Amino acid sequence: MNRLLELEKVTVRFGGLVAVSEVDFHVADGELVGLIGPNGAGKTTLFNLITGVYTPTSGSIRFLGQEVGHMSSSDITGMGVARTFQNIRLFSSLSVLDNVVAAFNLHLKSGFLGALWRGNAFRSEEQSIREEAVRLLEIFGLAETAHAPCRSLSYGDQRRLEIVRALATRPRLLLLDEPAAGMNPTEKVELMRLIQFTQERFGLAVLLVEHDMKVVMGICQRIAVLEYGRKIAEGTPAEIQRDKRVIAAYLGEEVTDA
Amino acid sequence: MGARSGFLAAVLAAFVISGLFTGHPEAAWPLAQLDDYLLNILILAGINVVLATSLNIVNGHTGQFSLGHAGFMAVGAYGSAALTQINGKACLAALSFLGPCAQGGLFVCALLFGAALAALAGLAVGLPSLRLRGDYLAIVTLGFGEIIRVVFQNTEAVGGARGLTGIPPQTTLGWTWAVAALCIYCVSALVNSTYGRGFLAVRDDEIAAEAMGINPTRYKVTAFVVGAFFAGLAGALYAHLIGYISPEGFTFLKSVDVVVMVILGGMGSTVGVAFAAVGLTVLNELLRQAEQYRMVAFSLLLIVLMITRPQGLLGGMGRFFSRKGGNP
Repeated sequence: MNRLLELEKVTVRFGGLVAVSEVDFHVADGELVGLIGPNGAGKTTLFNLITGVYTPTSGSIRFLGQEVGHMSSSDITGMGVARTFQNIRLFSSLSVLDNVVAAFNLHLKSGFLGALWRGNAFRSEEQSIREEAVRLLEIFGLAETAHAPCRSLSYGDQRRLEIVRALATRPRLLLLDEPAAGMNPTEKVELMRLIQFTQERFGLAVLLVEHDMKVVMGICQRIAVLEYGRKIAEGTPAEIQRDKRVIAAYLGEEVTDA
Repeated sequence: MGARSGFLAAVLAAFVISGLFTGHPEAAWPLAQLDDYLLNILILAGINVVLATSLNIVNGHTGQFSLGHAGFMAVGAYGSAALTQINGKACLAALSFLGPCAQGGLFVCALLFGAALAALAGLAVGLPSLRLRGDYLAIVTLGFGEIIRVVFQNTEAVGGARGLTGIPPQTTLGWTWAVAALCIYCVSALVNSTYGRGFLAVRDDEIAAEAMGINPTRYKVTAFVVGAFFAGLAGALYAHLIGYISPEGFTFLKSVDVVVMVILGGMGSTVGVAFAAVGLTVLNELLRQAEQYRMVAFSLLLIVLMITRPQGLLGGMGRFFSRKGGNP
């Protein structure tokens, strides 16, 4: 399988703190990979490195073979990396539909002058964007609330809307940052289905940061484990569950009498 | 149908009205008997509409707090006067091929020249300063506004602190409201498009906007340049209304006046801001009776309004041509 995203010895330092240290990691086309680790292990930092929020101190991040470590967030999104946020970041004053429409900006042909002139090309593009946005919302069962303010959605629906918004940028790799946070068990089961469905329907690679072991073990094909900014294990869910270092990282080490 | 024809209708209406209100007593139409004082107020209201709706795209729609609008207004005023007053004779001669329209042609050129200069100034100020946010941006724009004013104050070629007199008074009600219609149209058209959703996205959450492939800096600078362009137009209209400009007319307080209109009308609501601009201009004149208590009454009104309606008069509703089920 060809590698979509490739990290090579990626390190980032914040002053004296090494948040991510020499991480090698990759995501292949169409793969569903999990990224787990205890609190403060550097999972979200790694996300922010991949999406250009932070610049790596050293090492290289390649997407589709191109170095993206020093590119801006918006340019990286333009290449096909979309993300959701750990604490929901919707455009709070916009309607559900407009949240999705805003994300179509990336592939917009008519820009500033088009919006001013409002010619035929502009109008047909606006029309098709709206239709596509509604179609996306329909797939995720949000079409009925399309004109509601996004703040009025339930927590679970807001998470779903974040996924829809990310999909509107037409990504090849979708990064989900703790999508199950704050959900009840029923919602989590539904979320797992939703993630798998999204991946298959849109032919995406998905990188999932998650605390909830049930979610991660249930859907990921491969899992990488971070601890103190280092990758300590990588493998299939079954391998990870047996890995001594992973167990130690989560549960503490067994004290053996000498 | 839609926005463009609406805009054309508005411009046409502005010109028709300007035909009616020429201000010349000999005109047959009774409305033309409008006295100069009232006419001036109506023109000033139009200029304030341009100022407020153009600042609204920066402060309201894009969520950047700019306090330097008077500076761009000054650039437009001085820039336009440079063509009509300082180099007036030479410019008129150059446009003599237009025959009887030379005077009007020069006026249009001066308006556009002033606006273009202001837009350039907006670009120059925006590029470095829009990396800052919130209070920091406010302070930097305030500083730039003052710098622009002080530069004019110390440039003898434009009259220095004495100001510039003898600017031909060519601004009519029609011109002013045509520009106001143009400004309202441009801001509304920009915001009500997929492209324009980028401004609102940047305002609501810059980090999320960036993650959706929207370049916040480009949007902020665009908003700033558009805002400065129309502020420049307003300045040019103002210069050719009063016939006299001096640096004193473009102080920080003028910027605050415009900010007040935007906040009062409701940040991000084009209609609300336009109404607030007209309302405050009229109120300012009505309170003239109260003399030294004018500013007290003015401030009290603002305080009461901010307590009872912090989102502004029309904040959160009424975009100019929002569709059914547009933004809440």
